[in-house]
Amino acid sequence: MSINLNISAVEMRDKRLGAITSYHGDAQTLLELSEDKKVPVTTRSYSQCSACSEGCAATLTYYVRGAAIVAHAPIGCDAQIASQNYAAKAASINRHIEEIHAIKFLSTNIKEKDTIYGGLEKLRNAIQEAYDRFNPEVIFVTSSCASGIVGDDIESVADEKESELGIPIVPIFCEGFKSRVWTTGFDAAYHGILRKIVKDPKKKQENLVNIFNFQGIPSFNDLLGKLGLIPNYLIPMATVKQLEEMSEAAISVHMCETLGTYVSAVLEEKYGVPEVKAPAPFGIKWTDEWLRAVAKATGKSDLVENLIESEHKKIEKELAEVREKLKGKKVYVYAGDSFAHSIGNLVQDLGMTLVGMTTLHHDQKVDNENKERLNTLKNLIDERGNIPEFSVCNQQPYEVIKILRRLKPDFMIARHQGLTPLGTKLGIPTINEGDVNASVGYEGLVNLGKRIIEAGRTSKFEQNIAKHAKFPYSKWWLDEEPDPFYFERENKAK
Amino acid sequence: MSVFIEQPRFSCALAAQQTVLAIPGAVPVIHAGPGCSAKAHRSIATEAGYQGEGFCGGNAVSSSNTGEKEVVFGGEGRLRETIDGALKVLDADLYVVLSGCTAGIVGDDSVHVAEEFRRKGYPVIGTETAGFKGNNYAGHEIIVKGIINKFLEEEIEPQVRKGLVNVFSVVPYQDPYWRGDLHEIKALLEKLGLEVNILFGYESKGVAEWKDIPNAEFNLIISPWVGKSVGELLQRKFGTPFLHYPVFPVGAIETSKFIREVGEFAKIPKEVYEGVIEKEEDVFYQYLISLADFIAEFRNSLPHEFFAVGDSLYTLGAARFLTEELGFIPKGIYAIDDVQNKKAKQLDELVASLGDEYKDVFVQESDGGLIVADIKDKLDKDKKTLLLGSIWERDIADEYKFPHVYLSYPVYAHVVVNKSYFGYKGGLNLLEDVYDSVFKKGIVTRTTISV
Repeated sequence: MSINLNISAVEMRDKRLGAITSYHGDAQTLLELSEDKKVPVTTRSYSQCSACSEGCAATLTYYVRGAAIVAHAPIGCDAQIASQNYAAKAASINRHIEEIHAIKFLSTNIKEKDTIYGGLEKLRNAIQEAYDRFNPEVIFVTSSCASGIVGDDIESVADEKESELGIPIVPIFCEGFKSRVWTTGFDAAYHGILRKIVKDPKKKQENLVNIFNFQGIPSFNDLLGKLGLIPNYLIPMATVKQLEEMSEAAISVHMCETLGTYVSAVLEEKYGVPEVKAPAPFGIKWTDEWLRAVAKATGKSDLVENLIESEHKKIEKELAEVREKLKGKKVYVYAGDSFAHSIGNLVQDLGMTLVGMTTLHHDQKVDNENKERLNTLKNLIDERGNIPEFSVCNQQPYEVIKILRRLKPDFMIARHQGLTPLGTKLGIPTINEGDVNASVGYEGLVNLGKRIIEAGRTSKFEQNIAKHAKFPYSKWWLDEEPDPFYFERENKAK
Repeated sequence: MSVFIEQPRFSCALAAQQTVLAIPGAVPVIHAGPGCSAKAHRSIATEAGYQGEGFCGGNAVSSSNTGEKEVVFGGEGRLRETIDGALKVLDADLYVVLSGCTAGIVGDDSVHVAEEFRRKGYPVIGTETAGFKGNNYAGHEIIVKGIINKFLEEEIEPQVRKGLVNVFSVVPYQDPYWRGDLHEIKALLEKLGLEVNILFGYESKGVAEWKDIPNAEFNLIISPWVGKSVGELLQRKFGTPFLHYPVFPVGAIETSKFIREVGEFAKIPKEVYEGVIEKEEDVFYQYLISLADFIAEFRNSLPHEFFAVGDSLYTLGAARFLTEELGFIPKGIYAIDDVQNKKAKQLDELVASLGDEYKDVFVQESDGGLIVADIKDKLDKDKKTLLLGSIWERDIADEYKFPHVYLSYPVYAHVVVNKSYFGYKGGLNLLEDVYDSVFKKGIVTRTTISV
């Protein structure tokens, strides 16, 4: 990857990685077409709502301890901050952080006249106001559709206030309309952090492991701790100092390739912090491989075989029980790109039958030049074989409902807000894999199995809901038109 | 009033998609960036007591998901496709197009595009709800007036039915208790012998009820300002008179006053509405008196002052009940609804007419950060004080170990189903929640004073 931290905005994932939001067919074909970025780019003439980059950029920056966020946006872009603030409390407790993290946020509250005369004066004042109210170590400034189309030069105001206030003012360019895939917002946040906060390493921290994740439970502690390694959970809940020092780490890992692809590749290329080339630690074999790769890269290989053996032994009995109960149960996975592939591996490790998968987008490429073992779809197919029922869509429950009604899975596992109601209303016990760290490692696998079993035991709820729930879809769409992808067509403009 | 917003208490005009979703049989079609609809849902539905996606909300909302192409070349074609698809895929009685910031700045004429479909006989109307045009209180009025102006035929000759009333009151979803409130309002008006077009919620007949709007004998606006312009519009359009009752009735005093005004306005026989009042008050005061023992016994450990944060409708309604019937002293009443221009002045005048104890502590402010700072500045940490408001006020309550009751968005870490604070029953609900909240912050007994 040719990185360029001199430009203010990261190159969109659509172009950089050939990210797409529609495909249907089998997984193997998608993989083969992706090799040469040859997946036909299709669009839907009809679609339901998606999500945007600004939301993903917020999801990372809101949680940086010591930072303030100025959203240069109308208020609707960030009106849902209370739930994030509550999640920050939960994360503070889960991570044993003494001072409960409260999000320090200010919206410029763009109004009509700002779209006519420009909003830069307002932004300048808002940055000052955020500085006065919160006394932050850094200020992130996120853009929006409105500020982007109007053409407000956020960068110049940020630079001006940076030299005036003496703290990094970090513009994050995350206009929702610019990218088809919301995960571009993660890249945008990392790009800003890499440009303005990460420092050149003063020393190498031999045992420090960057972990790119969300604000979930600290489930990497146990395994890394047993190798004598120190987890550096990034970006959510990290301090500004942790961000500054990520260049000093021994290695980078992540719970999801989609989330970590850009930042890990930049850290490897610019600072020589290697990105571990192994599948994320979901499922027994992948956790084994991941641990060996981590150990090798940190000089801990002498410890790793004993660790793997004793961890296997620890869960052996419980895992067998869980597998016995879940054997042959049909499961559908509906989640975001790489993480869906990991869930696909987990459920099959539990002995379940993966009847189909919908990922919320698909990256044809990864950022790291050395992509071996970073291609998560390839890893999944290599491990478990082809998936005949495979589709890509940015939520679109109107498509997925047709697939689910045909396949009739016993369970669904979803990751992304608001996907579980669809399964529930169809009477399918559905697990929200909301804490993406929960199923990490050996115990994570067993715990996922237990959560699925629990959902099966309480399925009278879903049966009850399904009896009474109504869907908004027409009879034609639900019962007459056979093709869930009826509205997809090749994008001739591309 | 601050120009910035820390700790938001509302969303933008586009979040009035929730107003559309509150009408049975109506669905929104969003012409905006890819994240707008989902964010509106996550704020005004999820963070308002987990109200759910309902029939066609959440991820099921139709959206053009505007991209760079539409921003550069215009998005009207994309909107046409989206409406066309929505008409095929969804089974609805009314499709309301809401356009967002991208369309608003680029200049897409969403209203016109919707009109093309309407002229072909499809029930589609367009509204302009770009986020920069205002908040979702403003958006709510845009939607209601848009439906009235574009969906109800201009040339209709109203067939006025005696006793039929259209109700315009709380803003659906933004008021976390709207479902319960509308149920109670409808039930109370029916006790007076009126036929009620409640227009939103599970007990509305949906789009058919909206078509019946011109036939009402009168319109009833129960709100300090939201909906008043709707009453004026309907008066101009169909000649329907309206009663504007600006204080949201909570408890017996205000509700009885409300009934008398409605009764007189609707020319209901006095013995009918006085009969309702007598019966309702009898039950209400028996309940109130039953709790008087507790209040008297625990007086030393109960709060007697309060701060209320929320929209002008809810804060004034709750404040009147607590002050006039339970003897509380208001320490701060913060109206967050960002009332514009002349209406802001009228709101101040309304509050002044209620009495000095309200006027002196009433603040119009939308910047939640300033509200919280002001409360912290004014409260005495050694004097147990009741905090009514959102989860942001719960943070203060947790910090000072003060009792807290959810009154306004954002309501998070708290589930709302069919609770209401409207009317006689609503007063009792608030009574119950206020005094129950005391026990959620430590141990409270009649024999030990807790601070």
